[in-house]
Amino acid sequence: MSLVLCRIDDRLIHGQVVVGWGQRLGLGFIVVVDDAVKDNVWEQELYRMGVPAAMDVVFATVAEAAGRLAEWERDPRPGIVLTGDVDTMVALCAAAGAAAPRRVNVGGVHARDGRTERLRYVFLTAEEAAKLQALAAQGVVVTAQDLPTTKPVPIAELV
Amino acid sequence: MNDLLAGVIVAHTDVAEALLAAVRAIAGEDHGLVAVSNRGTDRTSLTRALEAATGGRAAVVFTDMAGGSCAHTAVAMARGRGDLKVVTGVNLAMLVDFAFHRGLPLEVAARRAVEIGRTAIGIVER
Repeated sequence: MSLVLCRIDDRLIHGQVVVGWGQRLGLGFIVVVDDAVKDNVWEQELYRMGVPAAMDVVFATVAEAAGRLAEWERDPRPGIVLTGDVDTMVALCAAAGAAAPRRVNVGGVHARDGRTERLRYVFLTAEEAAKLQALAAQGVVVTAQDLPTTKPVPIAELV
Repeated sequence: MNDLLAGVIVAHTDVAEALLAAVRAIAGEDHGLVAVSNRGTDRTSLTRALEAATGGRAAVVFTDMAGGSCAHTAVAMARGRGDLKVVTGVNLAMLVDFAFHRGLPLEVAARRAVEIGRTAIGIVER
């Protein structure tokens, strides 16, 4: 499998992704699935800051990403798919059909009004927690894990 | 004294506070710097913390790592504004120097910080 991680992280591309996961997994490309960022060239340049030149960055809408997941799976380089929130990952899984990710990593969802702390780096509203549970009920393995050196926490322990 | 620049250090976990403690130890309390951690923040909440830290003054924002969430947030916040300059790769040398040069124009202060910081990095040959 070429897509080695499908991650929900509200910081999108940042140190944990590029260094923590990137170095360990030998990432060759990062896909950012975000409709707003896809339309914002300046934001894209911002996210490319600090990404090694050898690592490709692709920006895609949910619809584009759903249509290209199979292609990215065939890419010989290890890759990672990022969404900035639970809703976008759920939408991607729904739109991708048979190509939908079988594992989802909750890597960083931070404090905001209405959210409660589930882990140091995971804060969820009741609705977000229910959506992740529903994803798990469909057979997707949903775990929280900020870095590859930490233990994955099953979604059942977060809700 | 109100036209002195503010300095905001924004970094991962406890780095900013640790750097600020070191500045205090070297330069004393009149340093004009504020420390902000990215712990538990997303871009929205970190932006709020940075806005509060500047106190409405022109400021140099010192970030730890280009490409990290702190730098992303600072650069996004400073975009199109003339009262903020973002410096990446913060180190103690540039902060201590900044504490004594807060009366400089913003652009000059930011460039000076980069030069001082770069000069402080090297291999010491015996």
